[in-house]
Amino acid sequence: MRHIISILIENESGALSRVSGLFSARGYNIQSLTVAPTEDPSLSRMTIVTCGSEEVIEQITKQLNKLIDVVKLIDLAEAPHIERELMLVKVTATENTREEIKRMVDIFRGKIIDVTPATYVIEMTGSTDKLDAFVIALDKTHIIEVVRSGSIGISRGEKDLRL
Amino acid sequence: MELSGAEIVIQSLKDEGVEFLFGYPGGAVLHLYDAIFQQDTIKHILVRHEQGATHAADAYARATGKPGVVLVTSGPGATNAVTGIATAYMDSIPMVILSGQVSLPVIGSDAFQEVDMIGITRPCVKHNFLVRDVTQLAETIKKAFYIATTGRPGPVVVDIPKDITSPAIKVPYHYPKSISMRSYNPVVESQPDQIRQAIDLLLSAQRPVIYAGGGVILGNASKELTEFTQLLGFPITNTLMGLGGYPATHSQSIGMLGMHGTYEANMAMHESDVIIAIGARFDDRVTGKLAEFCPYAKIIHIDIDPASISKTVKVHIPIVGEVQQVLEHMIALLKASKIKNNAQAMEAWWDQVNAWRAVKCLEYDRDSLLIKPQYAIEQLYAVTQGDAYVTSDVGQHQMWAAQYYHFDKPRRWINSGALGTMGFGIPAAIGVKLAFPDADVACVTGEASIQMCIQELSTALQYKTPIKIINLNNRYMGMVRQWQEFTYESRYSHSYMETIPDFVKLAEAYGHVGIRIDKPEEVRPALERAFALKDRTVFLDIMTDRTENVFPMIEAGKGHHDMKLRIAPGTPIDRELA
Repeated sequence: MRHIISILIENESGALSRVSGLFSARGYNIQSLTVAPTEDPSLSRMTIVTCGSEEVIEQITKQLNKLIDVVKLIDLAEAPHIERELMLVKVTATENTREEIKRMVDIFRGKIIDVTPATYVIEMTGSTDKLDAFVIALDKTHIIEVVRSGSIGISRGEKDLRL
Repeated sequence: MELSGAEIVIQSLKDEGVEFLFGYPGGAVLHLYDAIFQQDTIKHILVRHEQGATHAADAYARATGKPGVVLVTSGPGATNAVTGIATAYMDSIPMVILSGQVSLPVIGSDAFQEVDMIGITRPCVKHNFLVRDVTQLAETIKKAFYIATTGRPGPVVVDIPKDITSPAIKVPYHYPKSISMRSYNPVVESQPDQIRQAIDLLLSAQRPVIYAGGGVILGNASKELTEFTQLLGFPITNTLMGLGGYPATHSQSIGMLGMHGTYEANMAMHESDVIIAIGARFDDRVTGKLAEFCPYAKIIHIDIDPASISKTVKVHIPIVGEVQQVLEHMIALLKASKIKNNAQAMEAWWDQVNAWRAVKCLEYDRDSLLIKPQYAIEQLYAVTQGDAYVTSDVGQHQMWAAQYYHFDKPRRWINSGALGTMGFGIPAAIGVKLAFPDADVACVTGEASIQMCIQELSTALQYKTPIKIINLNNRYMGMVRQWQEFTYESRYSHSYMETIPDFVKLAEAYGHVGIRIDKPEEVRPALERAFALKDRTVFLDIMTDRTENVFPMIEAGKGHHDMKLRIAPGTPIDRELA
């Protein structure tokens, strides 16, 4: 099953490699990993999307908690949460295809943020599923580049992840 | 007080109460060695190879319970220490390793003797630090000791760039008395509900087994374990790392379990209905085939590390906590409980356990004209009256020491359990002897293992640590040969050395006493002579039966009830084996 683990971690050099090293050393799967400092510059927030059986996810959270730099973590998948991913797509946009691509971007509530005579850059946010759907909907031959941030997430309502 | 970085390191170690520093100098740590030269509180032990420093410090920690401290230079000094760091990590031994690093401005430039020590050691340390600012040095060392010694212990590396220790820069020194870290809180809350449930389950058990590991020793809970076990009257088995946690000679002890455990311990585990695992982690050498592990048992597991619980074996009642505290709590509940264990069931269970004991799985050919390694260990046990510190290397000799030297006290059995590091024995014996100069310290080894750190014989002479080396010389890498015999149709691929040194001459060359022993009747007098030579390291080169194997044995992929025995139950000793 897919899980999304949010981690507050000391914003220190090497902290990221402790986490990624743990996943590779123990053979855990990482679908995506994003990290950036929080409003408190001494802390980073990391979001890892992973998958595995309940036993594996339990071990992943326990092993992450064991890392000295990890301050706190939650598995967002355990409760209602919101998940977003940012994607930028560069596509060929010629006279014949410009209108069609523009319509598609509107349907998916994306934005065209760069325009040249031959290309568009599209910005889109949403769940991983939505971004996947957009990529599938685009004509493959139009895609020049796809860059995705990996998912970030936050729990709904009262539940939080802070010190 | 203003001190240089090098002086801060030494002063911090003094404030931490460090007695010995095991190390080897080199370019990146020269400032530190200059500071060591100018003091005499901390005794520096100069080893012959950095691996020796780590094993000596590790064994010092195992024997005393205090953290071992190591100092190595950058690059090769640091990489040579890695095996010993991993050894300590796998066995949860508290250790602080100070490694030199190239100066901050040249880090990352492939400078002379530069390696990324933080990167190399990341998977085999509890934590590591690169010191980037001399004003953080004392606090970082404090954190290292705090992390190494609390919770589930482990090694911590502090990587110190050369310019941080420069005598030219002095900063105010303050060593924190205590420290707290928001990201690390080793104190666990007690879990009264689970403890109560566990007591109920234990008292309702028909065929219970106590399975106790190294956590009992690391957590200084041997006394509590003994009281707990005797209150319940259950059979108790110890893991390789847990030997001595419960007195082996007591009637409730059924010996070690696992791959080379006793018949009675493994059968009892297999047939049990309730198991309480105490500071043990269901290692694969203990469990055998997981699918067949304790098929009828409900399992209680006490461990300080939540990640150890339900890692490989799903447990029914998990209890996270310090073994000592949890056992104290359990003892109080047991004493207060109106319900006692089921006496009738216990009698039937002990009858069964004693029937398994009657198989005498550790019996061997005592009439052999060759020296049986088991006999040598039994004689070592007799001569030292079971009270020596015994270090070992890795292989058959290690298993025989574990099987035939009956440890009644914790911290007496010093071996590399989880990593299985050949070369551990001699430096470990030196570390123990430094801590307990009046105690008998024996290193049980084999002619293959000992050659991996034999250079430390020189260290033993320099620091006058008279250890006794019991070299069970079978001219094979015995454990490798045994596996090749059983699973590769005796194709002994590279499990023997065509040239083996004359260990008597070698011992003498290093300034020690060497004795070669060829006949069984020579073993006892030689051991007596060796231990009577109080101020000399003695190397006993004991030529043992080459073909002897370690039994019982659970072969890879088999369950506890599927043991290979030396002698099938009820048959006379097979002379063919001898």
